[in-house]
Amino acid sequence: MAYIDDSNSLPAYDGGARVEDYFELLKPRVMSLVVFTAAIGMLLAPGGINPVIGFIAILAIAIAGGASGALNMWYDSDIDAVMSRTANRPIPAGRIERDHALALGLVLSVFSVVLLGLATNWLAAGLLAFTIFFYAVIYTMWLKRSTPQNIVIGGAAGAFPPMVAWAAVTGTVSLESCLLFLIIFFWTPPHFWALALYKQSDYGAAGIPMLPNVAGNDATKLQILVYSLVLVATTLVPGFIGFGGVIYMAAAAVLGLSFLWFAWRLFRTRDDKAMRKAGRSLFTFSLSYLAIIFLALLADRVAGYLGVSL
Amino acid sequence: MTVPGPQDEEALKRRRRRSIVLGIVLGALVLIFYVLTIVKMGPGVLNRDL
Repeated sequence: MAYIDDSNSLPAYDGGARVEDYFELLKPRVMSLVVFTAAIGMLLAPGGINPVIGFIAILAIAIAGGASGALNMWYDSDIDAVMSRTANRPIPAGRIERDHALALGLVLSVFSVVLLGLATNWLAAGLLAFTIFFYAVIYTMWLKRSTPQNIVIGGAAGAFPPMVAWAAVTGTVSLESCLLFLIIFFWTPPHFWALALYKQSDYGAAGIPMLPNVAGNDATKLQILVYSLVLVATTLVPGFIGFGGVIYMAAAAVLGLSFLWFAWRLFRTRDDKAMRKAGRSLFTFSLSYLAIIFLALLADRVAGYLGVSL
Repeated sequence: MTVPGPQDEEALKRRRRRSIVLGIVLGALVLIFYVLTIVKMGPGVLNRDL
């Protein structure tokens, strides 16, 4: 009997949505990345913050990420239904009504911005509001369906959280927080285009102008390589302005060379099968890459506190 | 009186879970604002004229 089956593939059903379906609307995996980068941004910011207020600020940023996810799923339910990766999301699978997702997204958006403003300062809250607007309106509603550069500019939305967290602590936007922003910003295109290279039939079916469908595989591979170079160059800047120390620079150099090697290997592939394999490798590596780069910045800071001289 | 079918029972169960979670979320909301208020006022919260 199907209704006992508690799997995610449960069809539309009169009994209403499960709690888990609403949670899925918040894109918990994206949320975890947002929490991670925001927490590091907060720990790196000078001056420090009361831990309780810091926790509430991270919570507000996480809720804003969830709200953006719900708004994205509300707007994109038509294209989500035709892509295998997203066909089982709560709305296309019929487990949640579109209006409910919209209501949840709007309520959480307002709540998260007000909470961050009350807990820290209104610059941080304003940046958070802009982040939600950027992701839901500029990226989801406008760029995603209209230009193959969609994720380049849309990636900015994912790059804001550490900057918001930094502003929550210091009340300012500084060169260092801009660098955190830029690292994620330049990391996003190679990361997502690598995914697009091995999932392109999906995006094509949904009519989304991802770069491989529009400009072709070779152009995409070249752009991945170019953005990877810009990314690696950007990650070296913290070392030159004293924001990152020896640990960070060593990690950035080794990881950067590895990133370029993965991108170069992808660039050199000739047949479709090898390209998909190399694309998948780069995509997987890029996830660890970003995490370790951020952790290395933190490691330098911790070493500084402990008085370890390198 | 009609005996509720298995689908009704499932619907009731889901609605009950949604209500419980919503209750917990609202409770957490109250707690967050309470704690935030106390932390923001700082140690001076007790230090004022009666």
